[in-house]
Amino acid sequence: MITKLLVDSLDRRATLFLGFLGLILVAVPLLNLWVPEGSAFHVPTYLVSLLGKYVCFAVLALSLDLVWGYCGILSLGHGAFFALGGYAMGMYLMRQIGSRGVYAHPTLPDFMVFLNWKELPIFWYGFGSFPYALLMIVAVPGVLAFAFGWLAFRSRVAGVYLSIITQALTYALMLAFFRNDMGLGGNNGLTDFKDIVGFPVQAQGTRAVLFMLSVALLGMSFLLARILVTSAFGKVLVAIRDVESRTRFLGYRVENYKLVVFTVSAMLAGLAGALYVPQVGIINPSEFAPANSIEAVIWVAVGGRGTLIGAAVGAFVVNLLKSVFTTGALAAYWLFVLGGLFILVTLALPKGIVGTLEDLVAAKRKRIEERDRRGAVPELAE
Amino acid sequence: MRGIFDRWTRRVVAALFTLGLFSASPSVVAAGLLDEPLARLHADSFPETTKAIEEIARSGAPEAETLLRAMVDRRLLFDASSKTVVVKDASDKFLDARTLKPLASPPAALSPVRINNRLRGLIDAELGTLALVSPDRTRRFEAADALFRSRKASDLKAVEQAIAREKDGAIATALRKAHSAIQLARDDASLSDKLAAVGELAAFTDTDTLGLLNQTLASAQQPELRTSLEAAITRIEHQRQLLAGVQNVIYGLSLGSVLLLAAIGLAITFGVMGVINMAHGEMVMLGAYTTFVVQEAFRAWAPAAFDFSLLVAIPLAFVFTGLVGIAIERGIIRFLYGRPLETLLATWGVSLVLQQAVRTTFGPTNREVGNPSFMSGGFEVFGVSITWGRLWIIVFTLLVFAGLQLVLRATRLGLEMRAVTQNRRMAGSMGIRSARVDALTFGLGSGIAGIAGVALSQIDNVSPNLGQSYIVDSFMVVVFGGVGNLWGTFVSAFALGIANKLLEPVAGAVLAKIFILVLLILFIQKRPRGLFALKGRAVEA
Repeated sequence: MITKLLVDSLDRRATLFLGFLGLILVAVPLLNLWVPEGSAFHVPTYLVSLLGKYVCFAVLALSLDLVWGYCGILSLGHGAFFALGGYAMGMYLMRQIGSRGVYAHPTLPDFMVFLNWKELPIFWYGFGSFPYALLMIVAVPGVLAFAFGWLAFRSRVAGVYLSIITQALTYALMLAFFRNDMGLGGNNGLTDFKDIVGFPVQAQGTRAVLFMLSVALLGMSFLLARILVTSAFGKVLVAIRDVESRTRFLGYRVENYKLVVFTVSAMLAGLAGALYVPQVGIINPSEFAPANSIEAVIWVAVGGRGTLIGAAVGAFVVNLLKSVFTTGALAAYWLFVLGGLFILVTLALPKGIVGTLEDLVAAKRKRIEERDRRGAVPELAE
Repeated sequence: MRGIFDRWTRRVVAALFTLGLFSASPSVVAAGLLDEPLARLHADSFPETTKAIEEIARSGAPEAETLLRAMVDRRLLFDASSKTVVVKDASDKFLDARTLKPLASPPAALSPVRINNRLRGLIDAELGTLALVSPDRTRRFEAADALFRSRKASDLKAVEQAIAREKDGAIATALRKAHSAIQLARDDASLSDKLAAVGELAAFTDTDTLGLLNQTLASAQQPELRTSLEAAITRIEHQRQLLAGVQNVIYGLSLGSVLLLAAIGLAITFGVMGVINMAHGEMVMLGAYTTFVVQEAFRAWAPAAFDFSLLVAIPLAFVFTGLVGIAIERGIIRFLYGRPLETLLATWGVSLVLQQAVRTTFGPTNREVGNPSFMSGGFEVFGVSITWGRLWIIVFTLLVFAGLQLVLRATRLGLEMRAVTQNRRMAGSMGIRSARVDALTFGLGSGIAGIAGVALSQIDNVSPNLGQSYIVDSFMVVVFGGVGNLWGTFVSAFALGIANKLLEPVAGAVLAKIFILVLLILFIQKRPRGLFALKGRAVEA
């Protein structure tokens, strides 16, 4: 049955995308580790981490596309789930530092020693163990999304209202995480990581493995999302997106469908955040900023909402542009570009890159079909 | 009637004296007052000097203090033969004691007025109470306060006399407070005196009085005194809590007016038109920068008229941001009607572009916007302090709100706006050019955001990020109040402002804000369409 689901979910394009992911999963680490430096084909380590970061963003975009593109829930707070997953990973990494911190305290992270804390707060217990941290990476965003969605969808908060309260959610979390009393590093967040499951985070090999894990996560998330949206469940989601009230009148429990997809999406975002943190080496409250979540929405919009691949493409393209523009002389113009992109995409490319390409392909196919039909009639000799 | 008149004449005269308008006459008047006591000094006898000191101190002459201080320092000299008294000042110049003007030819045989320890003590005491008879109101007030703090039993008489003499209500109260404090501190005061003093002090709410009562309670023996002290302390603490509450409500009103000001434009663009304008905050920011530019122009060309800069900035900001708003509506938003989520993204893009444009033009740092003189300073009512800036902003907000209601209710444009938002097609059929109305409505909302920026430039940092800090709050206010309802926005802004400020002392500023956000999220669950939801068919549209 699972095989059937899998087979059903994979059309030609999805298979191509997964194949491409498989290719970079192998190629990038190979070119980084085995091709000697100085060779034209060598991929420097910083680039591996940068690409890994993009891939994590792609997972975030994918999770957002799942709720926005297929269920019409525009979450302006998905960055919060991403950051929560990141914090859970950050807490694990902090505990791995052990007594190697600046203050060399055996149990307390540096910032707690600095704030004169005497013992580890209860919610830090267990983060020394990797399986527990892994559980939390998924559970914390999942539980929050479940509780939030339970309240919101049940009382039929929808459309822009939902967008605005998700924004309020991430804003409130940002304010909370900025507080030192929160016990999560306040302003500075969590940083100075040393090891991840026994391997040094800075090492070239670890970075390559983290990159591979990120790509694998993207592939699995994509597969999961495809299975969800191609199943009967996915059809109901699309129905909810298009005419919510009619779907409800047809007897579907709209709120349950929304709740499931929202929670799954939050968990994916949490996982993306967890892989993001060791690759960039820091997590701080500004990840919760509403602007970040809105930026994630634009990745999806640029790539094309409701296409899944588009979300990944959008995240990659926009972040590549960002990297190009924010380094060097063009830095002052980045916001012009980003803002212009927002306007341009919504006005001129409402279906995004992938959606527009799809349309072009479909139009071409139609032309060909039409020609074939006409081809049945003998053409006039020239 | 006559009393009031008298008091006013005194004040006017005192004011004129201090202003130095009567620069010639005071010495004439004062010289007359001082003639008799100065003459006593010629006798060179302690009893006469004693009388002279008391008379000088009571004379009310402005020179009295200088004379007494000179006497302590043995710089007050006299010559019995020529019947002159002179003051030797710090630079060894001789001044006429009656006028404190330099003497052209000081008498040759001068000897200091002799004083002993008893007289020295007398002068000290007189100097302390001298300020009580000063014509200057502030000095009398300070003197009363100083007596309250020193609480010397020896001052009791002087205070009593001052109370009898004092015409100014506020100073008389301060004096009675000092009197009660002295009574409490005095060992030989009777129990009834002390009880009366406690009763008197219970009417004050300042920390000093509370401290004094607590201190007295610690050493008080008599049970009646103790109970009355305890009662007074509870009463004062109760009063103080009440005052703190009132103060917080006032802070809340102030915050609420700021929220309302920031949200009111959004209530039009989002609430009435249904456009999620994420660039709303940037309209506020543009308004603030308009103020900055106007003020720079005033600084350069008309520094004297700086106080009027805001009056010029308000219409300019309205027109400028209004035009920017119309441009955005015509250029972008009109293609996106009916697609609220896309509008959200496009306007977010606009906000980024505007922020960067301002950052490139004016630099990323805060620009200084000055407060005109009528906006600085503050005053106190019943122990509650209010700053003029905040008060003006509340007034300004109410004016803007009233003006907006007037536009919507009483003008042709307002009528058309309401018609278009209620039923676009029907309005079109009636000959209303709905596209034009859309542009003007958006322009109005943006223009109001611009004048909000003028006001907010007075209390916040004018930086490219100014708008960002208000956007979440503004949306909260509009959503909480109920979309499409200006009065809802009004109620919700003040409710959120006051709730926030009442929570702050309990939870701290950041937690209070988080708490409010969480409450809002929960509230939306209960009433998804805000406090005052629109009813009927429009709801599902």
